[in-house]
Amino acid sequence: MLQINDLHASVDDKSILRGINLEVKAGEVHAIMGPNGSGKSTLASVIAGKEEYEVEKGQIVLNGEDLEDLAAEERAHKGIFLSFQYPVEIPGVSVTNFIKTAINETRKAKGLEDMPAKDMLKLIREKSELLEIDRKFLSRSLNEGFSGGEKKRNEIFQMAMLEPKLAILDETDSGLDIDALRIVANGVNKLKSKDNAVVVITHYQRLLDYIVPDFVHVLLDGRIVKSGGKELAHELEEKGYDWIKEEVNA
Amino acid sequence: MSKYTEDDLREELKTKEYEYGFYTDIESETFPIGLNEDIVRAISKKKEEPEWMTAWRLEAFRVWESMEEPDWANVNYTKPDFQAIAYYSAPKSIDPNKTLDDVDPDLLAMYKKLGISVDEQKKMNNIAMDIVVDSVSVATTFKKTLAEKGIIFMPISEAIQEHPELVKKYIGTVVPTKDNFYAALNSAVFSDGSFCYIPKGVKCPMELSTYFRINQAGTGQFERTLVIADEGSYVSYLEGCTAPSRDENQLHAAVVELIALDDAEIKYSTVQNWFPGNAEGKGGVYNFVTKRGLCEKNAKISWTQVETGSAVTWKYPSCVLKGDNSVGEFYSIAVTNNYQQADTGTKMIHLGKNTKSTIISKGISAGKSQNSYRGLVQVSSRAENARNFSQCDSLLMGNECGAHTFPYIEANNKSAMIEHEATTSKIGEDQIFYCNQRGIDTEKAIALIVNGFSKDVLNKLPMEFAVEAQKLLEISLEGSVG
Repeated sequence: MLQINDLHASVDDKSILRGINLEVKAGEVHAIMGPNGSGKSTLASVIAGKEEYEVEKGQIVLNGEDLEDLAAEERAHKGIFLSFQYPVEIPGVSVTNFIKTAINETRKAKGLEDMPAKDMLKLIREKSELLEIDRKFLSRSLNEGFSGGEKKRNEIFQMAMLEPKLAILDETDSGLDIDALRIVANGVNKLKSKDNAVVVITHYQRLLDYIVPDFVHVLLDGRIVKSGGKELAHELEEKGYDWIKEEVNA
Repeated sequence: MSKYTEDDLREELKTKEYEYGFYTDIESETFPIGLNEDIVRAISKKKEEPEWMTAWRLEAFRVWESMEEPDWANVNYTKPDFQAIAYYSAPKSIDPNKTLDDVDPDLLAMYKKLGISVDEQKKMNNIAMDIVVDSVSVATTFKKTLAEKGIIFMPISEAIQEHPELVKKYIGTVVPTKDNFYAALNSAVFSDGSFCYIPKGVKCPMELSTYFRINQAGTGQFERTLVIADEGSYVSYLEGCTAPSRDENQLHAAVVELIALDDAEIKYSTVQNWFPGNAEGKGGVYNFVTKRGLCEKNAKISWTQVETGSAVTWKYPSCVLKGDNSVGEFYSIAVTNNYQQADTGTKMIHLGKNTKSTIISKGISAGKSQNSYRGLVQVSSRAENARNFSQCDSLLMGNECGAHTFPYIEANNKSAMIEHEATTSKIGEDQIFYCNQRGIDTEKAIALIVNGFSKDVLNKLPMEFAVEAQKLLEISLEGSVG
């Protein structure tokens, strides 16, 4: 599904990613962990195609296609979804209107007609039930005045609507209380299938109790320095990151 | 690797031309340039006006001569040379006794280009329409249907002939000839415009609409609109404007007067899309307009405007809340891009008791443009329990434009309650990226954000107009995020 080879990226001439290698296959869940400033969010943004980041070297390949020349929206059309750590507010644009636009723009890119209103309605009903989202919530302005939990739930709702091939969840657990965390994680688990893949970026092990990863990678100073199974996450939770730093520097 | 960047996009879109910038070659009759008493008399004579009208115009002209062009607005431009403008231009092939079928085929072709084929309008929409090209009204549809209800909707030049008592009674009562420089000029030289009278207790069954277009080079357009809603009546009135692209600046100085008698309601909506000048700031229309409405007891006037055009806009649709319990509303979206300058807002003059006013202003600035809101809320000493709520929001795109707010409040009665809220925000790269990530390209993302920002005002427009206004916002702002 996703293949990252020797990826180097910088922002404002500051080098952040320094040789990332990662392979994610369909049906897998990968967790990327690491201390603050290790490059986790940068990796997510670079995969999604944020313009401020300059890819200096290496490739990102999705289902055999090099993404280098594709703009962010084209990558989205190919099935990449990023759940933002800090979702932005768009006043006056309802959740429904926004997701409708996103779905129809994606369909347009694929040469399809707009989704018929009744299908859209059915899909919205289905997915909002799945994520225990109140109907009134859908008419509110996108992320405006949303609590931390509502913002994240809205991200996962959009993910459910867009049915991406590769979902990257950037610090989805931050700002969530335990109930919200459970709902969000349940949602992600229900959306998981053998045809899609999930990359969970997180600081803490907490979320991984709910979304259980097949692989855990540790990111340090722009490189993946250690990979392992889900037990690695527990080890990190117990011992912190220092022992890995020592191991790397040894 | 060649990435399609923001700059590429902007560059490509710069070449997009003003959509309505065509010029139709219709034979027209234009007066010699310049302005003096003889020209004023000649205009009046051309219109076969009664003597009182000629005298009224001449008085206005004399007042105008003694006045100075105002310069307090937050706009910079080379003042027009008023002696270098032709004050009358009429498409020649118009028969005064015209019906729609006799209209010049070139003119009809022009309406088609504008997307307002009169025929179609007539059939499909429940909208009665008066179209003013340059200075003369060329077609008024639905006249008969309206006449059955006693509604008068016709070019003001005809109303002066057919309903002199109404025109004489009301013209200049809300905007006096000496009100301001441009109003005085308009009073002296206006050549046409629309007139509308709704009789007592009648709810006008359709939207009334006027469409203005400047076609001829070197002419000014000075239309005059007078709407009278008699006691207990209701009317919704729409006004649209376009002009061809030209290098030189064209002058547009209109006057609109609304009179809402006891218990009457007037909704007046404008979509203004005069040529804004090119990307370098050359050409464009100077839009210096005076619009004001008078509310008697329990009456209500709502102004809704979507302003995307003109090089310079100077416009303050206002309400004089004379009668007790009367209501004034002003909903505005003003968009400026490239080198456009807009100084627009409203005046709410509270004279009666329990009068209420609401002001919602949304300013959107892009490019190197300057966008100012200027508003006055005035409460007289007699106006017990006056209420006002004002909200002025500005949205900025890029780093080279400006947004300004000049609210003036004069409260002379202690019971007045006046609220003012203002916000300024910027379309951020983060917002754009968020939309991009969901598969929405940058152009569509801007449209989405701007429509969201303008929603409170767009909702106030009649349905057909709201769709057109949304499209217009998109066209005006294409490629303007930096």
